[in-house]
Amino acid sequence: MALLEVNDIHTYYGNIHALKGVSFEVDTGEIIALIGSNGAGKTTTLRTISGLMEPREGAVYYEDEDISNTRADLLVSKGISMVPEGRGVFAKLTVEENLDMGAYIRRDSGIKDDLAGAFELFPRLEERKKQVAGTLSGGEQQMLAIARALMSKPRLLLLDEPSMGLAPVLVDGVFDTIQRIANEGVTILLVEQNAHMALQIADRGYVLQSGEVAISDTAANLQQNETVQKTYLGID
Amino acid sequence: MDLLRSQTSQKILIFGLFSGAFILFTGAVGMIAAFHEREVVDRFISLGQLLLLMAPFVTAYYVSRQLSDFDEGKAPLLISGVIIGLMTALPSIILLLFNADEYRFLLDICLRVIPFVAASLVAWRMHRAGAETQTALGIWLMIAFLVGIVTFSFALIFEIKGDLRTVLVNIDRDWVEVVTFDNRNDLMRGIGTLGLVSMAAGLAGSLLYLMPAVPRRALVYGLSVTVLVGAFGETVRLVLQENLDRDTLREIFRRDTLRQNAALALFVISTAAGFLWAMYGSQARARFGDMKTSQRRTVNIIGLVLFVIFMLMLPWLIGRTLSDVAVTIGIFVLMGLGLNIAIGLAGLLDLGYLTNYAVGAYILAVLTSIGPLGLFKGTFTFWMVIPLALLAAMFAGFIFAVPVLRMRGDYLAIATLGFGEIIGKLAISDWLKPLIGGAQGVQAIPKPIFLGAELKNPEQLYYIVLVASLVTLFVSIRLNNSRTGRQWMAIREDEDVATAMGIDTARAKLLAFTLSAATGGVAGAIFAAKVGTVFPNSFTVFISINVLSLIIVGGIASNPGIVVGAIVLIGMPELLREFSDFRFLMYGALLILMMIKRPQGLIPSKIVTHEIRTGVKPALAAAE
Ligand SMILES: Nc1ncnc2c1ncn2[C@@H]1O[C@H](COP(=O)(O)OP(=O)(O)OP(=O)(O)O)[C@@H](O)[C@H]1O
Ligand SMILES: [Mg+2]
Repeated sequence: MALLEVNDIHTYYGNIHALKGVSFEVDTGEIIALIGSNGAGKTTTLRTISGLMEPREGAVYYEDEDISNTRADLLVSKGISMVPEGRGVFAKLTVEENLDMGAYIRRDSGIKDDLAGAFELFPRLEERKKQVAGTLSGGEQQMLAIARALMSKPRLLLLDEPSMGLAPVLVDGVFDTIQRIANEGVTILLVEQNAHMALQIADRGYVLQSGEVAISDTAANLQQNETVQKTYLGID
Repeated sequence: MDLLRSQTSQKILIFGLFSGAFILFTGAVGMIAAFHEREVVDRFISLGQLLLLMAPFVTAYYVSRQLSDFDEGKAPLLISGVIIGLMTALPSIILLLFNADEYRFLLDICLRVIPFVAASLVAWRMHRAGAETQTALGIWLMIAFLVGIVTFSFALIFEIKGDLRTVLVNIDRDWVEVVTFDNRNDLMRGIGTLGLVSMAAGLAGSLLYLMPAVPRRALVYGLSVTVLVGAFGETVRLVLQENLDRDTLREIFRRDTLRQNAALALFVISTAAGFLWAMYGSQARARFGDMKTSQRRTVNIIGLVLFVIFMLMLPWLIGRTLSDVAVTIGIFVLMGLGLNIAIGLAGLLDLGYLTNYAVGAYILAVLTSIGPLGLFKGTFTFWMVIPLALLAAMFAGFIFAVPVLRMRGDYLAIATLGFGEIIGKLAISDWLKPLIGGAQGVQAIPKPIFLGAELKNPEQLYYIVLVASLVTLFVSIRLNNSRTGRQWMAIREDEDVATAMGIDTARAKLLAFTLSAATGGVAGAIFAAKVGTVFPNSFTVFISINVLSLIIVGGIASNPGIVVGAIVLIGMPELLREFSDFRFLMYGALLILMMIKRPQGLIPSKIVTHEIRTGVKPALAAAE
């Protein structure tokens, strides 16, 4: 059974037709990579799934329930959590307060433990837990954004270009972390420009082109695919 | 020339000119003469003269502090103080000369020479910078011509009118009297006095900077206390009047002004107190910091109890007139705390707060009035209507919030501003006239009755405001530390991310608008009961702006800040009524100064301090 099923969605910005019938599936426990060039509609896809936008046609199913018209805040309690493009940490709040905010929807008693868990995953953040998030380096902010998304105990984590603007050394670290999060049992839908890294950790991948799915295959096959190699991996 | 160019001298000259321009400007608008009417210390110094002294004093202090970065030693600092004093007096001295008949010809000459001097200066600099002679000449001609037009027309005006007073109405005998320190008849002596006094004040400013920290702080404290008590002599006297017998009072005050001996005594005492605080204050604070939590708690509780007792006794301490002011302040504190829920906690810039105030006032008016417009003629009492006013305002807040939920920042501000205007127009409209009386408003609103006694004086109304403010304070502190408070904080920081956290932003915003409106309604109702009549004229956009300003000046999202903001922005103008026109000038100047020098407010909240110190705004981080 697919955890998430995106079925032929059309999403518009006013009269700009951004998604022209996108369909794909994400199974429980998978890492799925969504790649594509600038403006292909990757962010729009994530926004539609997470409830920030509504598809005009088509539907999004999460655990076989139609969530196309469900508000974003309700989806968080259903277990869908997104790390938005460009991080979006609460710049004026401290690291700790940011993480607290991530657990906003929860009322259970496990928050403290999960905070400890987050600091275990990102020791850098523990050193800086009293620091104002806006003064963190770009990489640290990215870590914080991911850690905060995890605080809501998601079952499906949507990541929009987590490696954007990071030094190559840090990129490795981020993908390592994503792999570890997946090993803990979180299903991951990963949007990336860095197709090379994304396909290395992903199980399957979809290539988005001008608002449509152009290619879909296993990650290993995609890495061998000629078009993908040319256009997204920079291999001639 | 090198000396003139150096950064230090430029700084001195610029600040000196600035301070001179300030004095000239305040004189030209008539502020100095008006301030002269109030004596700070009897037969010694007036508020106007104090202004003349404060400008070079403060400027010199400030410049010295900046110059000490260059590490130039003591002598240059002192000299800079003197120069600043001179520069401060200079524009006024020139004006004094021009103003006297014997020296009018100087003005004529100046006006005729200025264009050529200005043109030559510019042309010469351009020439030195490498411009061709021809170009320089062209520039010379152009500037001489342009500046000439202006100055020659000035000269013409003076020739025709023959008097500066027709152009600068406030440069009159009163002004001359103040700036010459009562030497109107001997102009040269007056000019000399002005120059010397001003230089002395500048020197004193620099000297103050050079002092060791402890006596400096003591002195500043002593001076400020004395000046404040003197300047607000009338108010202080009203307070003392309640607590001292007439003879003692007469020893201290001559009418409303502080006597010289009393001023001296006050200065000595407050300086000594300042000295003690400067010496031992930090120790006391350190000791407080070292205390165990339980001990600290005791100290805090004792402080709180003392404060509450003080607040309860306040009307007895300050008397009727000031109680009245206190009630007005309280009404604005109520509104400030309410609006702060929207602006400070949830970050929703609501400029239509006046709506809630008006709704509360009119509800109370219509339901309790015993006049022709009263619906129930006394059946409803103040106490029964207060909850209704609160609910009605919340309802209004809710209704107006629905259409603007999707708006953000600037757009939200404009939309709410529009709503405020609509309410103002509705109040005065013919359509609602049968209900709320149009421009005549609703009259004959009875005072609240408590246990059979009519609360008709401000001393008694004060308690209503106090209780209402305390309740609001309590609620808003609780809210801020609650889940709801965290929702608002998230929305304030970044609405999109807040949504991603699972926060229902629409609901949280509605809640913020609705709760924020509640105290506005109560404030309006209390206002209506206090005044006894409700006119549409009382409900202008300035209410909203005043409330917003007091929040900003006091410190956004800081409860103590809002109280202080209300005292400064609402209380001070009430006490300075005699300077009617200049109140708003000072109000505006204060706002500008605050925004430049202390944007976080007088008593900033923790989070705003974060922002100012780190320079991080959420928008910036999100854009990265
Ligand atoms: N707010 C908006 N208003 C109008 N058009 C938009 C808006 N946001 C995105 N678009 C358009 O929708 C299309 C898809 O954009 P989207 O942000 O999904 O691309 P993307 O694949 O995430 O690109 P990138 O890799 O550069 O982030 C683009 O053509 C873009 O111009
Ligand atoms: Mg994108």
